[in-house]
Amino acid sequence: MRNPQLNGDGTLQHLLTIEGLPREVLVHILDTAASFIGVTEREVKKVPLLRGKSVFNLFFEASTRTRTTFEIAAKRLSADVINLNIAVSSSTKGETLLDTVDNLSAMYADMFVVRHSSSGAAHLIASHVAPHVHVINAGDGRHAHPTQGLLDIYTIRHYKKDFNRLSVAIVGDVLHSRVARSLIHALTTLGTPDVRVIGPRTLLPEGVEQLGVSVHHDMLEGLAGCDVVMMLRLQNERMKGPLLPSAQEFFKSYGLTPQKLARAKPDAIVMHPGPMNRGVEIDSSVADGPHSVILPQVTFGIAVRMAVMSILAGN
Amino acid sequence: MNLPDAELLCQELVSRLRSGVTDSTGLVGIRTGGAWLAERLHRELKLATPLGALDISFYRDDFDTAGLHHQVKPSQIPFDVNGRHIVVVDDVLYTGRTVRAAMNELFDYGRPGKIELAALVDRGERQLPIAAQYVGATLSVPAGKLLRLARDEHGKFLLRLSDAKPAA
Repeated sequence: MRNPQLNGDGTLQHLLTIEGLPREVLVHILDTAASFIGVTEREVKKVPLLRGKSVFNLFFEASTRTRTTFEIAAKRLSADVINLNIAVSSSTKGETLLDTVDNLSAMYADMFVVRHSSSGAAHLIASHVAPHVHVINAGDGRHAHPTQGLLDIYTIRHYKKDFNRLSVAIVGDVLHSRVARSLIHALTTLGTPDVRVIGPRTLLPEGVEQLGVSVHHDMLEGLAGCDVVMMLRLQNERMKGPLLPSAQEFFKSYGLTPQKLARAKPDAIVMHPGPMNRGVEIDSSVADGPHSVILPQVTFGIAVRMAVMSILAGN
Repeated sequence: MNLPDAELLCQELVSRLRSGVTDSTGLVGIRTGGAWLAERLHRELKLATPLGALDISFYRDDFDTAGLHHQVKPSQIPFDVNGRHIVVVDDVLYTGRTVRAAMNELFDYGRPGKIELAALVDRGERQLPIAAQYVGATLSVPAGKLLRLARDEHGKFLLRLSDAKPAA
């Protein structure tokens, strides 16, 4: 089956998911992002690549970090950025998703950055827009969050250089996490030999082993000797449901404390996609400690999104 | 066609540049060929200011039709460009579009005092009002051919002529 994100010649038309993307595409994005890092350190932090292009940020679901970094990325590429907070706009008046997109296309959109609570929303838009329009998935339901996965592997590559000897542990609510899914696909595509998921049975998807990961319910055992610890956000609404006893209980078993982190390699890095729940999935002394690369992740996210936008716009 | 010896042209360029540069001159090579050349010139001229390199992929004027170049590398300007004498170095000067892009990028680092241009080969056929102050040789090359600098396994320079549009 044809990958709907790719053009006939194998170049990226849209970025919807990391799953199925060839290794070369991922490496090209990471290498391009590395070049954009330098741009952000100059007197003029802009390049003229997307001059005259209009990028529409379509956020049907709340987001601060992702929307802001997409906005900064587009502005640094000299694009015009239009932010739409649809959660409080047309859809509440009953307009369908595709009607919203058609109307914005009539305003000469060149690129849509889409965040939606339904899995597949970005895919639906991508299959609907005119051939010159590009779509970036900024998170769809539980499905994918490809630019987060890319900034995560950018961060790992920055600190650990290459993937072929790494052990990466992903901890927490994997079941509801599009971030985890995107990261797992990226890591396996880049040849990471040891990817582990750690969490209670109720928060790990059934059959997750089929993604090429090992499963651990005991965090001390799962963290042993790993190079990278990726903590996932435990969404508050989950704590009210039947999946978990309480936040305190979760922290006791799966919260990252200095004692648990000591099981990992001495130079292990700790990542988190944000926003963090201190004292639920991560202890403050770890979040602010020497192993934490949580804030560099945010900064790298700008360069990675600049890379994705400029590669798409050029294809 | 017979191509001149790139090593001889390089020596020619060194002697022409010698009277034009000072210790505060910033040498900036345009990737890839220009950066190799600038590296050599910087060493031979024993310049005190560290060497710079530009990748002009983000400033090209054919982005809409050609897309993003596949192997972008970071630009590195390890000195303050404000008020400085800068010599931009490229292997082959042709339409002038690359130099235009390089100057635009330089100005995003600050306001240079003076920019000059050095090229190993000037093949003419400019499409912009740009001229080089230091040239190894002028050479007429058939349109549609790509002339560029290459290095052999010992780092020796040679010129290569190929059909335009190298594989991406």
